[in-house]
Amino acid sequence: MRDVATFIALNRFGLGAVPGAAEAIGGDPRGWVATQIDRRAAPGTAGGRASAGVLAEMHRAANEGPEQLRATARRLYAGVFWPEIVARARHAIATEQPFAERMALFWSNQFTVSRTRAIVGPAIPAYEREAIRPYVFGRFADMLKAVCRHPCMLSYLDNIVSIGPQSDAGRRRLASGADARTLNENLAREILELHTIGVNGGYGQQDVIELAKAISGWSHGGFRPPQDSRPVHGDFEFRPVFHEPGPKTVLGRTYAEAGADEGHAILDDLARHPATAQHLATKLVRHFIADDPPADAVTRIARVFLASDGDLAAVSRALIDLDAVWREKLPKVKTHYEFVVAVHRAVGNATPRAADVVPPLQTLGQPPFSAPSPQGWGDTARHWIAPEALLRRIEWVRSFAGSLPATLHPARFLDDVIGPVAGDGTRQGVARAPSGDAAIALVLASAEFQRR
Amino acid sequence: MLERRSFLAGAAALAALASSRAAFAAAPTDRRFVLVLLRGGLDGLHALSPHGDQDYRRRRPTLALSPDPVLDLDGYFGLHPALGDLMPLYRAGELLLVPAAATRYRDRSHFDGQNMLENGSGKPYGAEDGWLNRAILGLNGGDRRLGLALGPAVPLILQGPARVRSWSDSDLPAADEDFLARMTVAYQHDPLFAAALRDARGGAKPAVAMGDMAGEPRPAQVYIKAARAAADLLARPDGPRVAVLESQGWDTHFAQERRLTELLGDLSRGLLELKRGLGEAWRETVVMVVSEFGRTAAENGSRGTDHGTGGLALLAGGAVAGGRIVGDWPCLSDRALYEGRDVLAANAYERLFKAVLIGHLGLDLGFVEDRVFPASRAQSPMNGLFRRA
Repeated sequence: MRDVATFIALNRFGLGAVPGAAEAIGGDPRGWVATQIDRRAAPGTAGGRASAGVLAEMHRAANEGPEQLRATARRLYAGVFWPEIVARARHAIATEQPFAERMALFWSNQFTVSRTRAIVGPAIPAYEREAIRPYVFGRFADMLKAVCRHPCMLSYLDNIVSIGPQSDAGRRRLASGADARTLNENLAREILELHTIGVNGGYGQQDVIELAKAISGWSHGGFRPPQDSRPVHGDFEFRPVFHEPGPKTVLGRTYAEAGADEGHAILDDLARHPATAQHLATKLVRHFIADDPPADAVTRIARVFLASDGDLAAVSRALIDLDAVWREKLPKVKTHYEFVVAVHRAVGNATPRAADVVPPLQTLGQPPFSAPSPQGWGDTARHWIAPEALLRRIEWVRSFAGSLPATLHPARFLDDVIGPVAGDGTRQGVARAPSGDAAIALVLASAEFQRR
Repeated sequence: MLERRSFLAGAAALAALASSRAAFAAAPTDRRFVLVLLRGGLDGLHALSPHGDQDYRRRRPTLALSPDPVLDLDGYFGLHPALGDLMPLYRAGELLLVPAAATRYRDRSHFDGQNMLENGSGKPYGAEDGWLNRAILGLNGGDRRLGLALGPAVPLILQGPARVRSWSDSDLPAADEDFLARMTVAYQHDPLFAAALRDARGGAKPAVAMGDMAGEPRPAQVYIKAARAAADLLARPDGPRVAVLESQGWDTHFAQERRLTELLGDLSRGLLELKRGLGEAWRETVVMVVSEFGRTAAENGSRGTDHGTGGLALLAGGAVAGGRIVGDWPCLSDRALYEGRDVLAANAYERLFKAVLIGHLGLDLGFVEDRVFPASRAQSPMNGLFRRA
């Protein structure tokens, strides 16, 4: 590998070196990253089942009973979810646009839906394909709306069961003598706290309630209360009897009653709010420069976000153009997912078996779409390099390297994947390794390889 | 599992044995403290139901537990039936409950709430290390690692200057000692990786029977297995003294009764695993169960509850002066609710944490207020929680 900038292009912006990648980059690492910004093409695998069909199957089974649901879930996890995970990993390993894939991973994590809500689990890979990937270099507002309307998100954050207190259903509920609150604030709160303006963005409890009222009724055809006998489907559906009537005021601005469209107007405004720009710029700069994001870079990215009205192609270009992003050699560590992908890329294993992808992700604790909370996976070193986690990474690459055909030349391999950043300790370790596979494992387990 | 990573055998084990004898001779404390973090916001009113409160049923038309299945404790409060296995502990005076308890956090974000609960500075992101790690420094364990994190990642509450050990379950073949020694050399110029590998290689491994735990782990099994491992390590004379267990999935906006029945059952199983595994050491033990916040007093439209404020603290262990419900109870009337919706946080977690550190682990009040919980002088340690002051 020619120089540090090539390493940065391949690792900080990409997903690790593949054999021959350095030659493809030539003398222009920045340019190589920039050419991957193409708003016409959604990065990822074509095909795969649409979320609507998968969700409808799950909900039909749920209506039939717990036994049927268990059987259907088993079948769809085995037949849809895990094959999709393998296909997605293979794409990440084989892609020649790794920057686009990295951005897809970033935004997918920003808008986490997790299979901790089991009923949506099998459809989450399709959710990413439908609501995230088409907008990775498009407009943030479009992604935000696609995400918040998506049946998977509406289920994951409970909006399907949120009822406006003054809606038809809400008034009926109150007339029955119940004192219960009918609104479910979960999605509205996370839209403000996680998805847009951020926890310090200047909203209060009343804004959460008003936003929850505005999107009350956003639902999907898998959710059928007992009295609703319409056929089950898995697409978005607006449920007027759940929708809170009247104007809503969010962040000081009042929105007239407009049924399903109210939420769109609010999301459009949230998408271009300065606090959203600041929040997203902070997360992007943390992802690309340092766990502790430098303020001037954040300011720069936030400014581009606002000036371009949330054009993520422009924002991506601005990230590449930051000088700071090309300065430090190894400020970030790879997540477990990035690490597993990078190992396969490094050894040229473009179509790994499921057994080489899924078990390490599970043992390391980061199978896709399984984040413990809507906040998604962490993005600082402490989330990934704890004692046990590091030991598992070492154990996995040690046994994985032992399973590889002995065709890799250790010194050349080191130079191809971490050459310009390899320290003396790693070089000496590889030179003195007791066997070829131990030397390969040593490169893969090195701190330089695990960083980016 | 005991055999896993047997690279500790041989010279390393001899060295470990020698240093453990030295450490044992200088044991800074025999008291044990286990903190269980329930992530997601436990609904305190569902675990410990105020079935005698006149507003309880009105606020929770479908979720309120009727007096029948509730395990009544004092005619006013009762335990959820899924916590039934804990009744013998309560009767034996080894279980203490604190309703309406929370940190001073008031803004209902999981992540800020958890961060504040763990960093101990009195505000979210107010410190970069965890209060329990700072407390461990005060135990003067020297290079003996008194803290134990269960799980692949070390939670913020245990991050900081005191080195801690960690344990988690894994099916990977252990790397051989020679390879790990080579990695140790290769990492010598990267402090993050060097420290992590050094900590991973130190310390004994617990004996955890696989038993019926085979197959794909569901989160509860991970937690219960971790409780077993914690008990095994804490019971050893030269083992850690302070451990943190985490349990996920408590954010019950939806279908709360079904989900909490499962989770509370698992929680009690884990506590009983701790008691069983600690054996004699249970007498020296305090287990404290907390969550980042409580939930709304009223149920929402989806048979769940939303993010709230006052929750629950549960203390168990042979060192606890239990069989009681302690602290203030603000009740559930309209006037008593915080912002008209949440159980008021009448009992500050900080008062309980400080009581554990001072009354149980023997730390000095000045040290605790200077180093562990700065800006907490207004929250005096709660008295009388333990058998021996």
